[in-house]
Amino acid sequence: MTFDAMHTCALRSKVRRGLRALQVAAIALALGSSLTSPALAAEQADPWPELARDIFNGRDLRDGGGLIAIEMPYRAEDAAIVPVTLRAALPPDDERTVKAITLVIDQNPAPVAATFQVGAGVTMISTRVRIDSYTNVHAVAELSDGELYASAVFVKASGGCSAPAAKNAEEAKANLGQMRFRQFARSADGPVSGPREAQVMIRHPNNSGLQRDQVTLLYVPAFFVRELRIWQGDQPVLAMDGGISISEDPNIRFTYLPNGATRFRVEAVDTDGHVFKGEWPVEAGL
Amino acid sequence: MPLEASNGFTSSDGACRDGTREGTRRGRYRNRVRDLVIRFAAAITVLFGVISLVHGQTPTDALEITEIAAGVFVHFGVNELMTAENEGGIANVGFVVGDEAVAVIDTGGSVREGRRLLAAIRAVTGKPIRYVINTHAHPDHVFGNIAFAQEGAVFVGHRNLPRALSMRGPFYLSAFRRIMGDVLDGVELVAPQRQIDGQDKLDLGNRVLTLQAWRVAHSDSDLTVLDEATQTLFTGDLVFLRHIPVVDGSLRGWLAAFGDLAHIPAKTAIPGHGPAAPWPATLDDERRYLERLAADCRALIARGTPLAEAATLAGVSEKSHWELFAEYNARNATAAFAELEWE
Repeated sequence: MTFDAMHTCALRSKVRRGLRALQVAAIALALGSSLTSPALAAEQADPWPELARDIFNGRDLRDGGGLIAIEMPYRAEDAAIVPVTLRAALPPDDERTVKAITLVIDQNPAPVAATFQVGAGVTMISTRVRIDSYTNVHAVAELSDGELYASAVFVKASGGCSAPAAKNAEEAKANLGQMRFRQFARSADGPVSGPREAQVMIRHPNNSGLQRDQVTLLYVPAFFVRELRIWQGDQPVLAMDGGISISEDPNIRFTYLPNGATRFRVEAVDTDGHVFKGEWPVEAGL
Repeated sequence: MPLEASNGFTSSDGACRDGTREGTRRGRYRNRVRDLVIRFAAAITVLFGVISLVHGQTPTDALEITEIAAGVFVHFGVNELMTAENEGGIANVGFVVGDEAVAVIDTGGSVREGRRLLAAIRAVTGKPIRYVINTHAHPDHVFGNIAFAQEGAVFVGHRNLPRALSMRGPFYLSAFRRIMGDVLDGVELVAPQRQIDGQDKLDLGNRVLTLQAWRVAHSDSDLTVLDEATQTLFTGDLVFLRHIPVVDGSLRGWLAAFGDLAHIPAKTAIPGHGPAAPWPATLDDERRYLERLAADCRALIARGTPLAEAATLAGVSEKSHWELFAEYNARNATAAFAELEWE
């Protein structure tokens, strides 16, 4: 299977729908703060049924309890950087595999944060997201037989002056596209052939596109990493179709099964068409 | 228009369009807007009711102020999060009176606090307010700005302040509306007409204020204000005392700023949060906390500890030294960890 085959119309249209929601939100902002603020998030009906229908084309979602777990702090400490860990575990007698996991932050302007296409041994994916409001967060796993399983957690918005915006916009811009790859030591009691853990980091402002430039009075266009793909040798390990709910400097930590390849390869593409590439030797001795 | 042109998908994937679903989404937003208009109308009705009920109450009772040095007045905020009860009055705000004019340094966390600060100024002097200086973009420092719009003052801030206000302002307005309700009525974001890059001076008539714009530290729009006459320094949130420091810019940048900060020729500092104190000893507690946070994060990163776990560990040995530790330490650790991972 190639990554190109993964990039179906459906995936792109999900991101596009997110962007459209973003545009509506931006227009609401333009109309004045009174429209955006009073109790919009707190009082509106649960958006999930309609979101789920939109994102998954009306397909049935089964209860993902015990199959896909979301770990997030109950309170988003920093609205700009909220750690989220997805863990997928199928019962030992289940012969299906996990094909993809979609992460949805229901109350964000662009609810679909990311869709991950997962390869062998990817049972854990950790990343960081922006949280705009009190919200449910959903993870939907698609299995090899096409069935969808959904789990949810509730996250409280952060307090104080925390905002889901860049902290150091100039630095993010200056170092655009820099990549880091880190491989973690295997736990001492695990089998040598067992899963390993690695992390990809890429410098990018991942702008939401909602900000209004005070000089031109135009909205700053969205500018974010929309694809990130990781290979072990020629074998895809993990791919992400991302949106603006992924934090500045996208950061993904994941498990994988070593396949004997000697190199890792990472490629990322942003919304301006920049392509960022990196290659690292597999550290077998860890 | 610019959004249409910029989403990166407009021309590439027309084949994926699905008119029905888009229609549903548009309908959803129309309904939301309609609901909001109804709610808004209801809120206005209630508001007029409330106004007529409390008509006797004076809306502009002056903030309590202290004359820290000759002609330098400060209202000390409470060490709390912004709430409806404290009217957003959590930051220190103040003003300096020269021979000809007044400069206001930060305006508080609501229009009401701004108005009460204005009332306090008017109880001291009738001189015109020439400048309203914002030390950075956080809501507890800028939400009172509009209270001074009628005074003909020039608004002054860091050159990054307009960008910070536009990137964060709308979010702050909606987030704090949720917490503070109608106490936030009337808040408008006012961008500075005069933007400071490096150092600049403002004259109040035989009284000069030296403004210094800092590189990213507590935030990306930090500005300090030194009253030359009394050597009193308004630090904004570059300095916290008793109230735990909040990292919202760059921990490394903040630590790097301490050298230059300590060289400011001041005798007394008014922190953004906390009591006035002798300068530069004011910096000691904050520097110790931030260095601890950095050292803890670096050790956790080296060990391969994931962010979520690190956020519960870094800096915890500082707990007994600070107010609002539970509210901010994990957040600081999160921001610091994500920044230091790139070292």
